[in-house]
Amino acid sequence: MGMTVAEKILARASGRAATRAGDVVEPAVDLAMSHENAALVMNQFREIFAGTGLEARPWDPKKIAVIFDHRVPAESPKTATNQKRIREFVVLQGIERFHDVRGDTGGICHQVLPEYGYVRPGQVVVGTDSHTTSHGALGAFAFGIGATEMASVWALGYALNIEVPATIRVVVEGDFPPHVGPKDLILHLIGRLTAQGANFRCIEFHGGTIRRMSTSGRLTLCNMTVEAGATAGIVPADDETLRYLREEAGVAEAPALVTPDADATYVETIHIDVGKLEPQIACPHTVDNVKPVGAVAGQRVDQIVIGSCTNGRLDDLAIAAELLRGRKVAPRTRMLVFPASARIYAEALDKGYVADLVRAGAVVMNAGCGPCLGVHEGALGDGEVALSTTNRNFKGRMGNPTAEVYLCSPAVAAASAVTGVITDPRSTTGGH
Amino acid sequence: MPRVVTVLGDDISTDVIYPGRYMATVLPSETPQFAFADHAELNAKLKQKQIPPGSVLVGGRNFGCGSSREQATSTLKGHELVIVASSFARIFLQNSINLGLRIVTAPGIEAAVGDELELEADAVVNVTSGKRYPVVPLPVARQAIIDAGGLIAFTKKRLVAERGGAAG
Repeated sequence: MGMTVAEKILARASGRAATRAGDVVEPAVDLAMSHENAALVMNQFREIFAGTGLEARPWDPKKIAVIFDHRVPAESPKTATNQKRIREFVVLQGIERFHDVRGDTGGICHQVLPEYGYVRPGQVVVGTDSHTTSHGALGAFAFGIGATEMASVWALGYALNIEVPATIRVVVEGDFPPHVGPKDLILHLIGRLTAQGANFRCIEFHGGTIRRMSTSGRLTLCNMTVEAGATAGIVPADDETLRYLREEAGVAEAPALVTPDADATYVETIHIDVGKLEPQIACPHTVDNVKPVGAVAGQRVDQIVIGSCTNGRLDDLAIAAELLRGRKVAPRTRMLVFPASARIYAEALDKGYVADLVRAGAVVMNAGCGPCLGVHEGALGDGEVALSTTNRNFKGRMGNPTAEVYLCSPAVAAASAVTGVITDPRSTTGGH
Repeated sequence: MPRVVTVLGDDISTDVIYPGRYMATVLPSETPQFAFADHAELNAKLKQKQIPPGSVLVGGRNFGCGSSREQATSTLKGHELVIVASSFARIFLQNSINLGLRIVTAPGIEAAVGDELELEADAVVNVTSGKRYPVVPLPVARQAIIDAGGLIAFTKKRLVAERGGAAG
């Protein structure tokens, strides 16, 4: 019997000829990523070693990555001190894949990892962040874990007691209409699956639309699979993956591509034709409360956010710049832009996107998680409404439990910034 | 017999259990103060120790969805709460097992604040309503971590077996 991509990767990483959904395995980890919560991982790591007489050393510092992104630059002495301790730890342990608060090499972990070629097809990637699912965009099996589980990985080099997930096959065909794209596709899918419809499962993406999609779009898809509860999302690696690794991530060698067997077993197959897909909106306060944009068009918006690991890449900023060039953000609406990485920020400067956005009235902040999870900047006032290209809209997500968050694509966010109300980008023409 | 102290709905996210703005606080000994920080009443009761250890928090489906932040587990563990829900999100479930927070999956569980629950091995009995809800057992592989006393103890044993050293 054939295997899915997840089954193949987990078999290889567990030293087995084959695995099946439901098997319990201990896969060797190829990449272990943490952000500021490395402060907690370090604490738990030391607890594991306490009393053993062993020196607290990770199994392989080359496979550990630490990226500061949640609170950059630090918003409080507490965060600054956590970051200081982590800095000391990475030096002590020889962890070289460390991305500090910098305007040249910093950024959001889920953007930095692929950008620097740390993620390769067929790898097992774990991260102390639920959106670690992003890295399935490069054909890896990537999933989020807690800090104690990460401490265990640092100690042992493998993940303990992992159940091989059953896989949902999603086949996407058709060409996106103008102003509709990967974010609309994933919101539509989450609406269909519900917030728990893929719990303990993997989502594997197939079809012509996916094959034609850039790695950036695939990152958006896989990033949000966790919002349907999925353990991981995977786009089987292909020529586009090799192109991305070669041209954008500076990876010289061509890795082997892991593809599913023709007779692999799937728990469910979902077919989607994007040819008639409309822009989608996730309404407060759950990500699966998804409606076509027309259902909420006209809703007043106090703050627009474009950015995050979901939609803060160069193509997202290009869409926003195109719609805002020569226009103005509506009065009484604020617009915040957070590029996903320092590299993207620099590229957006070179291409003039930053100038377009700033002249339109947007505030372009440094790369980071920013207002997405309400820990740092861009807080909402009582009862305010945000429209955001980020990934979550739970009550209190952006730091204020009385505020409302709508999720959308960069095109919807940019079109709405001009009007100050939720706007269908298909009803507007480009600027100038 | 444990009593239900609060009843929450479906899709209770870790943002609700432990708001992101407190994430710079990481140590399990320091996180309990921020449990349900945006629910002033519940947070105050927990902080003032008005809720006895072993009390039950009842959730709906997909409890603990969203962010992987382990503070959402340690904050509840710190108050020695028991979580009974129809289902749990994967990362929250694993964090709970790893840290020793007691969670019980009882699909369809219905209860009101003040109800008494009997937590049997294979069922949750709402003594107040008289209804019985079968429990979905934890995956065998996860049960092994609970039996070891949590993930730190489990991993410590492995580490010593692999690298030598004392058994702690």
